[in-house]
Amino acid sequence: MIVSTERTISVTVNGVPRETTVPARRLLSDALRHDLQLTGTHVGCEHGVCGACTVLVDGTPVRSCLVLAVQVDGKAVTTVEGLARDDGRGGEILHPVQEAFRECHALQCGFCTPGFLMTMAAGLEARDRSTDITEDEVDEIVGGNLCRCTGYANIKKACRHAAGLMKEAAE
Amino acid sequence: MKPAPFGYADPTSLDEALTLLTEDGAKVLAGGQSLLPLLSMRLASPATLVDINRIPGLDSVVVTPSGDGAGVRVGALVRHVELLHHAEAAQVQPLLARATSNVAHPAIRNRGTTVGSIAHADPSGEMTSVLALTGGSVTVATPAGSSAVGWADFFVGPLETSVHGPAVVTEAFFPALPPRTGTAFEEVSRRKGDYAVCGAGVTVTLDEDSRVTSARASYISVGLVPEVHDLTDAVVGQSVDSADWTAAGALARTLVDPDGDLHASADYRRLLVGVLTERTLARAAQEAQNR
Ligand SMILES: Cc1cc2nc3c(=O)[nH]c(=O)nc-3n(C[C@H](O)[C@H](O)[C@H](O)COP(=O)(O)OP(=O)(O)OC[C@H]3O[C@@H](n4cnc5c(N)ncnc54)[C@H](O)[C@@H]3O)c2cc1C
Ligand code: FES
Ligand code: FES
Repeated sequence: MIVSTERTISVTVNGVPRETTVPARRLLSDALRHDLQLTGTHVGCEHGVCGACTVLVDGTPVRSCLVLAVQVDGKAVTTVEGLARDDGRGGEILHPVQEAFRECHALQCGFCTPGFLMTMAAGLEARDRSTDITEDEVDEIVGGNLCRCTGYANIKKACRHAAGLMKEAAE
Repeated sequence: MKPAPFGYADPTSLDEALTLLTEDGAKVLAGGQSLLPLLSMRLASPATLVDINRIPGLDSVVVTPSGDGAGVRVGALVRHVELLHHAEAAQVQPLLARATSNVAHPAIRNRGTTVGSIAHADPSGEMTSVLALTGGSVTVATPAGSSAVGWADFFVGPLETSVHGPAVVTEAFFPALPPRTGTAFEEVSRRKGDYAVCGAGVTVTLDEDSRVTSARASYISVGLVPEVHDLTDAVVGQSVDSADWTAAGALARTLVDPDGDLHASADYRRLLVGVLTERTLARAAQEAQNR
């Protein structure tokens, strides 16, 4: 039985298989930023409170500062860099939450934005798209993330707008 | 804000995990939602983390609706989010879904385990109080074998349990709600999903004529270990529609011994105990009529 201080992990990041060797104590957030050079994932508090580092592991949103890199060996990770879709012509089609953030002016400095986008994308994809989103649902989706700039009003507006876009797309 | 170096092992059997845990400075890693912040803040620096996430057989919720052992058995790898959405479990013990909806935010509930929050024994955790209020127990596996430990013997102090040495809590058992019994859960927090400034879980039992035979409460972020307070004396024999819940709230205020901290004074917490008790008991009593 092996106790390791370092491991080589294989992770599918934004659809691309990646391999990297990390010390056991490496947080997933740091592995993404330092080892895989994906600096879209932001690190604010580094103890689970702000949500800036939220990524999807096997499709489920988690705080990447509260997961060890060695724990995602064999799993699929999606970061904000993987949120937009390829349009097949060398460009990208924004995810509805990205579209809504732009439309509703839901960011100022942008530090919290990747975390909000990932949390919101997962939250909206998980809900029943045939219904209109309620204020309670919006609060539940954005409530775990901190923003120091916007005052949240436009972030919540973007959440409602994105829910609307996704409802239309489902109709 | 980075953890100190440690060794990492992810055993695939309970026996292996227990062997690894016999080493000095080895610690169980479950969801990591409480442990990793402690490591990053360097409040803990274990020599080895024994990750239990790859051990099979610890991830099920077993619901026994009636008869012997009626209740809900929650394995060590069941995440808060699973209990929150488990309709069958909610039927047999409604406090589970009601309380987990107050545990942290969705991204944390996706990873944090319910058993981990009990093993962590944080007096501001919801599930420690729910284990107490339902009269539950945990199963503790050690190299010498497995045994059940009742909630009152398990919680010793803030972040401290009676389990020492190599051990894995393999499951928590929440007994089923008795007939003619209703529950309610409510908390006050600065932001939805944050640790509660004060929270209350209650059960109310009625007789055939809808008169109160039992009223009990357990509080969150009040006191050093979870406790169950019997408030029956304030309302016993009273009809569900005219029971004096205010008196029960007043009684509760005299029974608790909250501390003050950065988030709230002791007096404010005591006030909240009264208010939340009154509100939740009334709701639980209404529900009891229909069960
Ligand atoms: C921002 C934030 C807000 C939160 N808010 C709340 C809240 O409102 N309410 C709440 O209750 N919790 C809250 N939590 C904590 C969360 O619920 C954790 O998931 C939970 O407390 C611990 O479970 P875990 O599986 O993550 O355990 P870990 O973090 O992996 O472990 C915690 C401790 O328990 C021990 N342990 C865990 N599992 C076992 C086991 N099976 N056997 C033996 N020992 C074990 C570990 O060794 C460690 O000491 C919050 C966390 C964060 C980061
Ligand atoms: S950086 Fe991970 S939650 Fe703040
Ligand atoms: S836009 Fe600056 S922190 Fe949110």
